[in-house]
Amino acid sequence: MIFFDHNATTTPWPAAADAAAAWLRAGPANASSVHAAGRRARAAIEAARRQVAQALGATAADLVFTSGATEALHLAILGRVPAGGHVVASAVEHPAVFGACAVAGARVTRVPVDGEGRLAVADVLAAIEPRTALVAVMAAQNEIGTIFPVADIARAVAPVPVLCDAVQAWGKVPLDVRALGCALAVVSGHKIGAPSGVGVLWAPRALALRPTLAGGPQERGRRAGTENLPAIVGLGVAATEAVAASLTATHAVAARRARLRAALTTLPGLRFHGAAGGPADMLPNTLAFRVDGLPGDELLQALDLEGICLSSGSACAAGALEPSSVLRALGLATEEARGGLRLSLGRDNTDAEVERFIDVFPRLVARARAARAEGRACA
Amino acid sequence: MRVAVAMSGGVDSSVAAALMVEQGHEVVGLTMKLRDTTAEERAGRSASCCSPDDLMDARTVCDTLGVAHYVIDYRDAFRAAVIEPFARTYLAGLTPNPCVACNDHVKFAPLLERARALGADLLVTGHYARVEPDPAGGFALCKGADQAKDQSYFLFGLDQSALAQVRFPLGEMSKDAVRDHARRLGLSTWDKHDSEDICFVPDGDYARVVEQVAGPAHAPAPGAIVHQDGRALGTHGGVHRFTVGQRKGLGVATGERLFVLSVDGDARRVTVGPRAALSASGLRASRWRWVSGRPEAGPVHGQVRIRYRHAGVGATVLVDGAQARVVFDTPQAAIAPGQAVVLYAGDRVWGGGFIDGALCEASPDRAEAGRGRG
Repeated sequence: MIFFDHNATTTPWPAAADAAAAWLRAGPANASSVHAAGRRARAAIEAARRQVAQALGATAADLVFTSGATEALHLAILGRVPAGGHVVASAVEHPAVFGACAVAGARVTRVPVDGEGRLAVADVLAAIEPRTALVAVMAAQNEIGTIFPVADIARAVAPVPVLCDAVQAWGKVPLDVRALGCALAVVSGHKIGAPSGVGVLWAPRALALRPTLAGGPQERGRRAGTENLPAIVGLGVAATEAVAASLTATHAVAARRARLRAALTTLPGLRFHGAAGGPADMLPNTLAFRVDGLPGDELLQALDLEGICLSSGSACAAGALEPSSVLRALGLATEEARGGLRLSLGRDNTDAEVERFIDVFPRLVARARAARAEGRACA
Repeated sequence: MRVAVAMSGGVDSSVAAALMVEQGHEVVGLTMKLRDTTAEERAGRSASCCSPDDLMDARTVCDTLGVAHYVIDYRDAFRAAVIEPFARTYLAGLTPNPCVACNDHVKFAPLLERARALGADLLVTGHYARVEPDPAGGFALCKGADQAKDQSYFLFGLDQSALAQVRFPLGEMSKDAVRDHARRLGLSTWDKHDSEDICFVPDGDYARVVEQVAGPAHAPAPGAIVHQDGRALGTHGGVHRFTVGQRKGLGVATGERLFVLSVDGDARRVTVGPRAALSASGLRASRWRWVSGRPEAGPVHGQVRIRYRHAGVGATVLVDGAQARVVFDTPQAAIAPGQAVVLYAGDRVWGGGFIDGALCEASPDRAEAGRGRG
């Protein structure tokens, strides 16, 4: 199987998997317990917190472990935005941001992006109202890979706090939460090769935060509930590994992306989504595109039957794919948005896998086009 | 060979997929998401198909069989080609057949296209019908072996190019055998109830669905219920609540057993009368299509079915282009305009069309059942 869907999730680091598995097998351990087993668990969690803090350029005590990025976004938004409060968000934020705003009863202004998915600082600033409670801007867009100028936005909208969803940026481009200039930031474990089931909210202690999960002292009272010890330990290891590997891995990944992009450019009817610009504008691993006249889910399925995993839009509860709201926000028509495909590379993809895709994909496109032509002839 | 199997999450398509796997094919399960069931689920009603549960059932069966499974979103097409015409047809005083419309416009053509795009050589469904090579060339669409489950009536819209790429592996099986097979294979859907209702009218209250789809802008208007002898008997809440041949729910009491004889959508008039007046010597149909073998010009004789559960009657059919004139060997009751009329030669589906109205000239002393126009 060729896995080109690393923005969905990525290969766990072997050392992270080992560390998590070791804690699963280490016997009972609740970090809140007074006894020796509890103290060991507590020590492991705090060691992981320091590892993650170092990787993010943060102070360990400012990190809140959650069940994942969705929960971390809810904690940030519900914890900061009063009912009826105003939130400014880019139109292409992750659905969890809009979901949390709805739960909070917030009023949301969606700031449009341009046809290449870029977000203008001036547009964000223009949406700010006197009582805006929060600005939500992602560091990098998950479907098309556009990188947003979070630091510039944070400077422009100050003193309104900025929440940065850095889930897709972490591990793919250098990330330092303090350099982002935001008030709050969210990352996810499984996107950098930790086990799934753990995320992090970076929220400096000085910032008041109303908990969404209450009833326990964990995470300094900001997030009640027994910690997911194996996943947190795995995240600590993965964060260290990801930072250590990022420079060399990013270079190889970017080269493969460039090779894919050059090859796909020659395919008739192929259109790229997102900015054409350099590494400052786009994630080095993400290629978003469509083939004119062909639904993305059809090509996704055809690729899957060849053992190649890509992604297209987002699935509804039943598993059917909706036209991507992100592509709609880029100004694409519904049918064009249905065509969206996302290829996202990871550190363990090989040149041979890239060449196989370049060989297979045009044939699948030709077959799908022939099926369309035959269907029209019969109709 | 790679084959695509249309899977609803029910037992029939589950077994169809399993049979294909047993025959050694590479199976790709395809489930159509035809409509949004969120409202029904929120209201605590169980949807009869297309719910996340059904789609999950299809997924579970495919997992059991070890084959790929995809859900494809056809909600827009289903609404435009099936649900909205269903409402429009009822509001016009006709009786629609949404399953035929679905097979014609949603199920087969797009799924065949998807199957070909995925490199599949055949599209397999769990219909109780058969496709056989026609000695005269091409393929014949035939009744399923289980007469009680036979669904060939709904499939007369399949043309030769579709028949060449469609297979119905349950065509030779009885429903009981299908259930036994599902149980033997350990398919989780083996004891799932049969869905006999129209899938988007799970509780049978189609009038409510028509009103919902029509919306306030096209809300059904009241009209008159008149006896065929001219007496005004009362009023009704909308012609969509009436079908030719209907006896219940007329809301008039005259002491005699009354049946709906005709529904005039334009005048919003429902004409009722005694059972004898329902009888017609034949019917007119349009949008006629030959399925298996186009005969020479001139009338042909075969069996026709004028609704799904109709036992069939011998009839002489004269087709002129897309128009057909059907004369029954013996008069038939309740010719409902909008329904399909399907012509069989033995087990073979010969052709079919959509009923425009009953023939009246053979019995000039009777009011015409059907549209009530001559």
